[in-house]
Amino acid sequence: MSLLAIKALSVSIGDAAILHDIDLDMRAGEIVAITGESGSGKSMTALAVMGLLPRGAKAKGQIILDGHDILQTPEPALCKIRGKTVGMVFQEPMTALNPVQTIGAQVAETILIHEKTTKAEANKRAAAMLERVGLKVPPSRYPHELSGGQRQRVVIAMAIALRPKLLIADEPTTALDVTTQARILELLRGLVREFGMGLLIITHDLAVVAEIADKIVVMQKGRVVEVGATQDLLTNMQHPYTKALFAASSHLVQLPVHTGSVQLLSAKHITRDYPLPRKTLLGPRPTFRALDDVSFYIDHGERVGLVGESGSGKSTLTRAILGLEDVQSGEITLDGAPVFTGKKPNLAVRRKMQVVFQDPYSSFNPRHRVDRLITEPFHLLETPPTGQARTDAIAKALTDVGLSPDDAGKYIHEFSGGQRQRIAIARALIIEPELIIFDEAVSALDVSVRAQVLDLIADLCRKRPLAYLFISHDLSVVRTVTDRVLVMQAGKIVEQGETETVLTQPKHPYTQALIAAAPQLPQLKQAV
Amino acid sequence: MIRFAAGRLTSLVISLIVASIVIFAVIEVIPGDPAAFMLGVNARPDTIAALRAEMGLDQPVIQRYFAWVAGMLQGDFGTSWTYKTPVSDLIADRIWVSLPLAIYALALSTLIAFPAGIYAASRRGGAGDTAIMGATQLGVAIPNFWFAMILVLIFAINLRWFSAGGFPGWDNPFQAIKSLTLPAIALALPQAAILARVMRSSLLDMLGEDFIRTARAKGLTQRQALWRHAVRNALIPVLTIIGLQFSFLLAGGIIIEQVFFLPGLGRLIFQSISARDLIVVESVVMLLVFVVIVVNFLVDLAYAAVDPRLRTKS
Amino acid sequence: MSRNLIIGAALTTLFIALAAISFLWTPYDIETLDIPGKLQTPNAAHLLGTDHFGRDILSMIMMGARTSIAVALVAVGIGMGLGIPLGLLAAARHGSLLDELIMRGNDLVFAFPSLVIAILITAVFGASAVNAIIAIGIFNIPVFARLTRGAALPLWERDFILAARVCGKSAARISIEHILPNITNLMIVQGTIQFSLGILAEAALSYIGLGAQPPTASWGRMLADAQTLVSIAPHTALVPGFAILLMVLGLNLMGDGLRDWLDPRIRVVRT
Repeated sequence: MSLLAIKALSVSIGDAAILHDIDLDMRAGEIVAITGESGSGKSMTALAVMGLLPRGAKAKGQIILDGHDILQTPEPALCKIRGKTVGMVFQEPMTALNPVQTIGAQVAETILIHEKTTKAEANKRAAAMLERVGLKVPPSRYPHELSGGQRQRVVIAMAIALRPKLLIADEPTTALDVTTQARILELLRGLVREFGMGLLIITHDLAVVAEIADKIVVMQKGRVVEVGATQDLLTNMQHPYTKALFAASSHLVQLPVHTGSVQLLSAKHITRDYPLPRKTLLGPRPTFRALDDVSFYIDHGERVGLVGESGSGKSTLTRAILGLEDVQSGEITLDGAPVFTGKKPNLAVRRKMQVVFQDPYSSFNPRHRVDRLITEPFHLLETPPTGQARTDAIAKALTDVGLSPDDAGKYIHEFSGGQRQRIAIARALIIEPELIIFDEAVSALDVSVRAQVLDLIADLCRKRPLAYLFISHDLSVVRTVTDRVLVMQAGKIVEQGETETVLTQPKHPYTQALIAAAPQLPQLKQAV
Repeated sequence: MIRFAAGRLTSLVISLIVASIVIFAVIEVIPGDPAAFMLGVNARPDTIAALRAEMGLDQPVIQRYFAWVAGMLQGDFGTSWTYKTPVSDLIADRIWVSLPLAIYALALSTLIAFPAGIYAASRRGGAGDTAIMGATQLGVAIPNFWFAMILVLIFAINLRWFSAGGFPGWDNPFQAIKSLTLPAIALALPQAAILARVMRSSLLDMLGEDFIRTARAKGLTQRQALWRHAVRNALIPVLTIIGLQFSFLLAGGIIIEQVFFLPGLGRLIFQSISARDLIVVESVVMLLVFVVIVVNFLVDLAYAAVDPRLRTKS
Repeated sequence: MSRNLIIGAALTTLFIALAAISFLWTPYDIETLDIPGKLQTPNAAHLLGTDHFGRDILSMIMMGARTSIAVALVAVGIGMGLGIPLGLLAAARHGSLLDELIMRGNDLVFAFPSLVIAILITAVFGASAVNAIIAIGIFNIPVFARLTRGAALPLWERDFILAARVCGKSAARISIEHILPNITNLMIVQGTIQFSLGILAEAALSYIGLGAQPPTASWGRMLADAQTLVSIAPHTALVPGFAILLMVLGLNLMGDGLRDWLDPRIRVVRT
């Protein structure tokens, strides 16, 4: 008998149909991955199985979990199933835990809710479960004292405290660094094996899917477009969307060859300390070294990648390069002129640099129209274009990134995430800077959109020599859009060199660990 | 925790010092010659001279300020010019009306607001929620002194359940509490309306948080999730409001005392203003500000008790 | 547009209209006393009755609306005019000594409820409507300063601010171009709430004699006069009380309605 059987599930909220005729079947001990881009309905499917659909959602069909039809089960009975028969792990570990309760109490609560047992007994079992998920801190800690990876382990401990038959994990590693991701995936796999439970994992990351799943379900716009055992599906994709999805994930771009070696940006022995709050009332303030003796350069027209995990100092470096913050020692120069000039920015230097950020939703002032948004860099010019010249510049910038000049009069909320990143690139390019910093610029995008934006970047490089620093945690992306790469760890650049060389023959142990931890898509010839 | 408390204590002391300077400046420096000001234009020069001597006005301002502060630290608030008694005695008599009234009102307000706010949040959009929100909308808009007059009209004049005013003293605690009840209700209900609204919206914010979803996934019912996880988190903003409300209740008490003819600090201060007895005004204002600052300090400590992030934040 | 907004705006407009009309015309002159015609209950000649001096209560309500609105409006103006720039400044210099000073200053003002400020001012300068304005206005400054800072800080973390900084824009320019437009809704909603609190505070100060002085008409003073008469002529206390209640209710409903209409995520502060 199957552990979970979803039959003809349809969900709608108001007039909007979210899921159409979903069918899914899984057995105990099986790892099933649901994948697809944003808006595919994968998370909604998970919430439906938990019986936690948002208010106002209407569901039809059947969800048979361990013999119960979730859609027909009244709420009190559902509460008895949740946490006991089925557990769930969420995407964002930073907010998934109650900030004012100890982690031990939160794990013990799962036990106390479902079993008649003493508090002491529940606490003991909770502590054992926290140990089982590999947490090395005492249960008396509060969530804010833990890192993201540790918090995710607590959430997992809570979900599996009663050894449920099914564990649902909704993007469990998306918010985590690659090395942490690898360990969490390893933990989940071990738990499935040990407890014999089913794992329904929801993720947009096809490399993760390929690595962990026994069975893959591909969803698009609320429908299941393809289902199959992992090996079969990967070697013999049927649906065009599946093929497109996998193709986009391993999308490669062709950069024009970079020649010449005239230095544009130079950073020499940069050190940046941040003061921390005092430990004692009047003692000296301890400091945190965010950048530690960092040196590198970027040539005119050169594309350089910067990889590293969260907390490695990438953002500090970005701010320092952009001249927004001073450094304690060392010097950053652009064409020989220092980028930081105290309170009064040196506009001549600033106009040679622009930046594109990660989050397409926070990159723009929602109260301004596109024309005003993308012409903001004109502030850096001595004589900003006006009248027709301004209109032409706006039209050209928008056309260059594949948008229409008519878009100038619209507000940012009228655009999708991918279009917003195009607008961000238009803003960066409008004053034709020498150097662009792409700060995780494609990380928040769906794979198909990401592929388009990467193509756009390659395209722009073909039109005119463009130097950029491409900051990303995604090695596969860095590999295709950069000539040279810098690897950062804990404020230091531990390795730098030709991208291809560094990624195929890493010398530093940290680079080796990063590459080993990154899940790989199997090479799929027929996918293209 | 100790570090946190020490930090708050430091800012408490600084606030008190700055507040005392402000009050001293307004009362004793701005009028130029406070003695002449207090006695009015028709005062005889020798009376003014006597008051000047008593207030120590021949000394430099800085010295007077420190003498005033030093006196207060020893419980000496000076001597009232009009009552001819130590101000500390005057305050001691009255504070046992004003402070119990404020505490009584705060207790009532909290006791009404918490259940109402929690109930409304747990029945969001339902009839109970709508009724409570409608009532609080009225409560927020009602002037408390007018509400007090209406209460007197209904419960004292028409129904004769309570006396219309006055205070019998604490010799008979039951009578004392009874005579503070209408004033406390008049003070508490409008504040309870505000507090209930804050409680409700704070809870609704919390119910949208990820950790509530996590709790539901563990098998908690919506109500269990609300009680075990949302309420304590929702208390954090609510505590701020309670702290601010205490100062409003204390100050508002001054007005309500007028309606009920209660012999509290309010009466004292108004009589002193009309008698231009600046020594009393200065001391009572300093006392009110002192209580407000101390209560806010206690609220900060309560924060730390509720929120572990404040205790260990490094 | 919600029901709240419509009812609230209607009530508010009504009182503003009453106040505006009073400049041109009131049913009776409120400075003429008519002792024989005192304490009339509402009738055809005096729609809302007369007070203990025989003055027409409707006329006094109209004149009182003027005082209330003027005091509250100017007080909110003071609070916004000083509080918003202070809040923007504190947010722009987040973590600096200046930020700390502004916030500590705010805390300090919060320790002086507007009533206490009014007491201090009155004790030295005597009572007047201007006192009420200053007292309520001073108390409004930290309300707006805190709210502005609180709303501006998360905005300063947003990437579009960083983009503006990359374009060489100064903190002052960013505050005006990028921060201010994004907190306008919040300020409008909070301004409405503070306006209503100002009406309440003005009434309270006038009631205890620290606000508007005779012959200026004021709702709070009308209630003070009515206090001893409440058992024999309840209408003298009920009418001004309802005027305050309805005006404040109208403003609050309008504030809530505006919030729902502009941005339901806005959280206002009420104390």
